[in-house]
Amino acid sequence: MSVNKVLTYTVPADKFAGTAFEQKKKGAFLAAEWSAESENYFEVYACYRLNGEYQIVRTEISKEKAEFDSISGYYLAASRFERQIYSLMGIKAIGNTDQRPWIKFEDWPVDAWPLRKNFKQNTVLRRSEGTYDWIQAEGEGVFEIPVGPVHAGIIEPGHFRFQAVGEAIINLEERLGYVHKGIEKRYESTPWLEGYKLAGRVSGDSTVAHSLAYCIALEAMTGCKVPARAAWLRAIFLERERIANHLGDIGAIGNDAAFSILLYQLMRLKEMLLRTNQLLWGHRYVMDKIVPGGIVADIDKNGIEQILTELKKIEKEFKLLVKIYDGNPSLEERVLTTGILSKAQALELGVVGFVARASGLDIDSRVQNPFSPYDQLEIKVPVFTAGDVNARVWVRIEEVRESIRLIRLLLNNLPSGAIKTDCPLPPPNKTGFAVVEGWRGEIIYWLQSDSKGAINRCMARDPSALNWKGLEYSVLDNIVPDFPLCNKSFNASYAGNDL
Amino acid sequence: MIRTLFQIFKTGIVTENVLGRDADNIEVLGSKLSKIIKKRFRGSLTIRQIDAGSCNGCELEIHALNNSIYNIEQYGVRFTASPRFADLLLVTGPVTLNMEIALKRTYEATPTPKLVVAVGDCGCGQGIFDENYATIGAIDKVIPVDARIKGCPPTPAALLNGILQAIS
Ligand code: SF4
Repeated sequence: MSVNKVLTYTVPADKFAGTAFEQKKKGAFLAAEWSAESENYFEVYACYRLNGEYQIVRTEISKEKAEFDSISGYYLAASRFERQIYSLMGIKAIGNTDQRPWIKFEDWPVDAWPLRKNFKQNTVLRRSEGTYDWIQAEGEGVFEIPVGPVHAGIIEPGHFRFQAVGEAIINLEERLGYVHKGIEKRYESTPWLEGYKLAGRVSGDSTVAHSLAYCIALEAMTGCKVPARAAWLRAIFLERERIANHLGDIGAIGNDAAFSILLYQLMRLKEMLLRTNQLLWGHRYVMDKIVPGGIVADIDKNGIEQILTELKKIEKEFKLLVKIYDGNPSLEERVLTTGILSKAQALELGVVGFVARASGLDIDSRVQNPFSPYDQLEIKVPVFTAGDVNARVWVRIEEVRESIRLIRLLLNNLPSGAIKTDCPLPPPNKTGFAVVEGWRGEIIYWLQSDSKGAINRCMARDPSALNWKGLEYSVLDNIVPDFPLCNKSFNASYAGNDL
Repeated sequence: MIRTLFQIFKTGIVTENVLGRDADNIEVLGSKLSKIIKKRFRGSLTIRQIDAGSCNGCELEIHALNNSIYNIEQYGVRFTASPRFADLLLVTGPVTLNMEIALKRTYEATPTPKLVVAVGDCGCGQGIFDENYATIGAIDKVIPVDARIKGCPPTPAALLNGILQAIS
């Protein structure tokens, strides 16, 4: 079984930004940037991805000074990561032109740094005075529309501020952090073998993908070999999660374009899948079934039959519904050329997942960084170039079809044997890393044990931490009423971003 | 167009009655919900959903209430975007520090009499996200709550039954 390859090396603090420049020159993407605290110093990490290979650059920062050179001049995505590092750990990125808090709000006490070791998890934060400097646009005819955090319909909370001229959006600024639950701090007091539950609730719609990424990172740290049957069933859960979310979202996009039949029809198919999950594994979203060392939900012959029959039905109906989507002029009008994220922008922002694949980037960590059983599968990765709402829908349509094919393949060749082995505890001062392609895209977990062997840091990076920025770009020059449609077509996670 | 109509025709009505699925008398409960809504809410119960800190798992199931299987509209229930039109707030938690003020304001913007239903283990104060620096916890620590629906996340059937309980 292959695990995620990653190379970590340490550079002196004054070389940290220089390595970012070199990585950028090589064409590498910034996948994540985060910090940790050990007994004598802070650490700042940057994780780069080049052709599916990951490199982590680490540097040590003195506790007295608590600052480092920003890499946001090379990587746009670094800006929010660094704001978050400052907000939660109190290490300042010198040179980042945006020093406003991120996730942390302006009414928190300024010196509250929750990820620092001397900050107690249950500290009661008293609200203080503070203001947030929104980006302003001036000029004749420019007006501002603030939306949220409690916004349209049944949706997670976030704040969006538009500047518009007439109906055309000239700027959008997102403000997130409303559902910040202090998950990374919670990890510090979580036992290793329980951590999968928290991961499974980072973003409830990706419960399988997140808990899987946590478990793989832990297994990489401990050298735990997961039984083949468990690895295969994990992949089946993951592909089912992909299908369920894609079905629901394609429908919701149809609905936002005033074509509600797609929503009702596709939600019916999604419900079918969820019920099979419930029947076979006792949970509609297969929550808490992936655990360190394997899984706790098996399948028998009948179950396999049941899935195969269900897939046949879904496949057939889906085919018809795609035809309906494809042949509808009133829909076309709304989804074509709406919310374009160009390839150049996608490259610059380092977006991932179906958003990247709709803008011409051929990336999928199931192919470029596969763990078992993906290393034995050939996966067709759909890539579209238009970068509009329609392209994002089409990537997902193709992925539904491919996941159906993969699940069949996996079920027909399912290895027999155990579904779980005991996962040992990791040794002190060790790190573990995992990448899982969830339905939104690349999810990264990075774990670190302290000198006593307990969890020192768990860094979870949902695809949304990168993709939210893509939405801001894609809506420019679009009309305000198309925002819900654009937003839905990205469907970034608020919870996964806010942690 | 023909294709669309054909698909609608072929699908037919798929709605199920899941009210009181675990209770003895489904029929009675089902008609009870419609009856109460007819009497107390003039046939239409309007809900504003508020995510006050959820992981989005609870929202998936609230969404499912609107699908054609559960079809909550058959009882006269519909979701609104504005709290000003709402009779009932369906709130998921745990309430985060960053949502506390917005939750209170939304509650205040909802006309009285109003009902509040706390959704999910987190909203009921029994979830994995207990209190810490970033979370206040159960919904009733911030606004008054009339009914609670447990589950992580609660199933659509549990949600329907919980709403019935709240308005009864
Ligand atoms: S109850 Fe469960 S599904 Fe609902 S918000 Fe809490 S963790 Fe998520």
